[in-house]
Amino acid sequence: MANVKNKENNPSPIGASLPRNDVYEKVTGSAVYTEDIQFGNKILYARVKRSPLPHALIKKVDVSKARALPGVKAVITGADFPNKIGLYLKDKNILAIDRVRFIGEGVAAVAAVSNEIAMKALELIDVEYEELEPVFDAVYGASKEAPLIHPNLGDYSVPNFIFPKPGTNIANHFKIRKGNLEEAWPKCKYIVERTFKIPHIQHVPIETHVATAMMDDKGKITLWASSQSPFAQRALIAECLEISPTDLRVIAPFVGGGFGCKAGVTMEAIPVALATKCKGWPVKFVLTREEEFYTNFVRQGLTITVKVGCDEKGRLLGLKNMMYFDGGGSTEYGVNVTRAAGYSSSGPYDIESVETDSICVYTNHPIGGAYRGFGMSELHTGLDQAMDELAEKAGLDKVEFLKMNTVKEGDKLDTGMIMHANGVNQCIDNVAKSIHWTDAVKPSSPDKLRGRGIAIMWKAPAMPPNAGSSAWVELAEDGHVTVGLGGQEIGQGTFTVMAQMAAAALGVPYENVRIAGPVDTQYSPYEWQTVASRLTWSMGNAVRNAALDARKQILDVVAQAWHENADDLDIVNGIVVSYKTEQETSLKNIAIYGIPKENDQGWVGGPIIGRGSFMPSYVTGLDPETGQGTRSVVHYTTGCEALDIEIDKNTGKITVLKAAAAFDVGRAINPTLVKSQIEGGFVQGLSSAMFEEIMLRKGVMINPSFVDYRIATAPDVDFPIDTPFVEVPQDDGPWGARGVGEHPMVPTIAALGNAIYNATGLRLPGPPYSAEKIYLAMQDAGIVK
Amino acid sequence: MGFQRITLTVNDLVETVDVPTNMTLLQMLRDKLSLTGTKNGCTAGECGACTVLMNGEPVNSCMVLAAECEGATIITVEGLAKGGQLSKVQQAIIKTGGVQCGFCTPGMLISATALLARNTNPTEHEIREALVGNLCRCTGYVRIVEAVKEAAKM
Repeated sequence: MANVKNKENNPSPIGASLPRNDVYEKVTGSAVYTEDIQFGNKILYARVKRSPLPHALIKKVDVSKARALPGVKAVITGADFPNKIGLYLKDKNILAIDRVRFIGEGVAAVAAVSNEIAMKALELIDVEYEELEPVFDAVYGASKEAPLIHPNLGDYSVPNFIFPKPGTNIANHFKIRKGNLEEAWPKCKYIVERTFKIPHIQHVPIETHVATAMMDDKGKITLWASSQSPFAQRALIAECLEISPTDLRVIAPFVGGGFGCKAGVTMEAIPVALATKCKGWPVKFVLTREEEFYTNFVRQGLTITVKVGCDEKGRLLGLKNMMYFDGGGSTEYGVNVTRAAGYSSSGPYDIESVETDSICVYTNHPIGGAYRGFGMSELHTGLDQAMDELAEKAGLDKVEFLKMNTVKEGDKLDTGMIMHANGVNQCIDNVAKSIHWTDAVKPSSPDKLRGRGIAIMWKAPAMPPNAGSSAWVELAEDGHVTVGLGGQEIGQGTFTVMAQMAAAALGVPYENVRIAGPVDTQYSPYEWQTVASRLTWSMGNAVRNAALDARKQILDVVAQAWHENADDLDIVNGIVVSYKTEQETSLKNIAIYGIPKENDQGWVGGPIIGRGSFMPSYVTGLDPETGQGTRSVVHYTTGCEALDIEIDKNTGKITVLKAAAAFDVGRAINPTLVKSQIEGGFVQGLSSAMFEEIMLRKGVMINPSFVDYRIATAPDVDFPIDTPFVEVPQDDGPWGARGVGEHPMVPTIAALGNAIYNATGLRLPGPPYSAEKIYLAMQDAGIVK
Repeated sequence: MGFQRITLTVNDLVETVDVPTNMTLLQMLRDKLSLTGTKNGCTAGECGACTVLMNGEPVNSCMVLAAECEGATIITVEGLAKGGQLSKVQQAIIKTGGVQCGFCTPGMLISATALLARNTNPTEHEIREALVGNLCRCTGYVRIVEAVKEAAKM
């Protein structure tokens, strides 16, 4: 088979750390982000008048003076757009109408010919408020004593898997009742009960939110947005404005970081609303860094009480988990965080009896939305530290304790779902080995304390049961392939991985595959959202299906022309080959024009377009009282992290000596990209563990800038991070792959908390584990003077 | 609010620009010269996304007034590649995988370029200190630091 290019000489792109296909643009500064799009002179700038009060009725909004200011083209208020908007529980308006529920909530918006004039116009808007008693604590907010923040909760549209309690501030209450906890406690030899408080934090994308919208003379709207969710934004904004989704076109260029804050709909609706009042004018809205910090999306705060017990051998018997999520003034997205934290509340531990109450509470705090981890970081911060304490109480090595208690294939989970094959114990082994867990360690000087901590995690993509992906694959005359998709490149490398998958499924070189970007809802196929660590798995399946569809079409045409069986044909490196007759032809010849019949008697074939889609069909509902159901989620990605640290006795400062982070990714389509996600996610997790807190005082964020809200910088990460990931295939993942985008930041706070405990014997009530807090705790405990 | 006419060199080209006196160098680069590679992350000199070279020194261009730049030599990310050939730091960051969302990348490349111009063989500690003013949320800095080490060897 001298001329046939067989598969051995053409290594598969799957599993290859191929270079990213978006990196040239990014290193040369030519990559276009939303604020880079040029509109010429005809452009308006939007600014928003924001509430200075955490909870108040809006008595009057007078925009007349603002409207009269030269250069102002439109001023809108909440009343101009009365419909509610929201992904799950529709409890929000584009701008507040009769009540404001957090400091920074938008009350009116201006479009003007310059940012300066827009800002001046804001000063001319008069708003009269009547202050209401605020709620600044979730546990208090859930009590009978608290004033109601959403008196009309019962009127809001809500899907059948979210359970608000009208007449209270409880936006969702998710319950797990599995086994028999009453009988389990007496059987426990060791029990630990602990409460932890995890503060709000913000995503801090380096690119703040940007959205530009324009309505043309026919009333059709185009929205350019830094967006994780072009299709969801189209659907939700169109529904709110009562227009057809296909009359709202969303174009989504490269995103300068999302981490969940650019999912769903937030500030994007405002320039769209303004655009409807200035036909023909693009209206650009860029959030300032301060606005990014607290007016849009943050991660909910959590108060979590974990009670967990095991028998004399260390086998877990019971778990009671009480979670109060501080959801903020609107919980349209946050209600699902509560649900996801609820149905995954056992963590990757096999526990016979579980009782969980996961409650999303309205407060007059910033809006809690989707944040990388979707409730899992907050949950595991409490759960994994309680487990750490329990292992110690039981006199067991922590690694052995974990491995004994992790969920195995076939175990019944806290929701009744049966667990699939997973590599969590391999992750634990890899991490323990990397950190030299069994070696004794000493501090480097008498001034230091040394400690190591380990924590495990799991997470499933949190989505409605019918979240779908679709893709097309098209060939051009040169045999090159274009892949159409609806998922967003937010840095995770999805455009690269999808090109690798299309190349592998079709049989063409990776270099010849391009992604049809930017995603444009007018042309791109549907994708639910770029969230939930779902794209590699879900969109990957759609892309693979589309490529296989194109492959089948090509082989059928060639088989017909060659009078052969399609089963004897293959596409290798862009060449169609017959393993039977050794005949070959390049895709270049046939991908558009087809193949000529003999004796000039016509042509067969024609343009090749493959299509594919994927939507899981097997996710079931869960009982509202017990949380039990056949299949709560599509799958779980599991993992483990460990830290080796020293603490300075003089300052409380933590120095990380080494970190190890391993996750079961099913199959690493691009190992460098997998490692990059783990490294970056781990550092974001470490940053949330050591530095980050939205400091709220009576509803005011007092640190809305990088001076006082510190995130990890390059010198903070001056230690090795080992990422020995694991591959236990996912049965319905493309080449066995499942997601890992969120997971690396989930166990980090607990791992650090456990390390601090190991070093000092102290367990702090919550992150951030600042030097000051650690020092004062050591002082209180008499460890230092 | 007045205007000032300034003449300066940007990426080896002499430019004459009329700038409002309160316009920042960042705004001038992006809005007057259409060089949108340099990014705005905070408008407060804290995140480094706007870093450019001004007379060889890395500066936060959001904190420099355009009017201060009379006679200055500015290099932005668009000026790093010469004749279509990527610079060593650009090539290195591609090789090590130090780019994810890419928004911090222009500032990082400029800071790294400035470091290697003054220190041809920096230690890892020196690299991290040089990049302390460039915030990244995606990469954890791991492969960016590797890229600077790599570039130093090239």
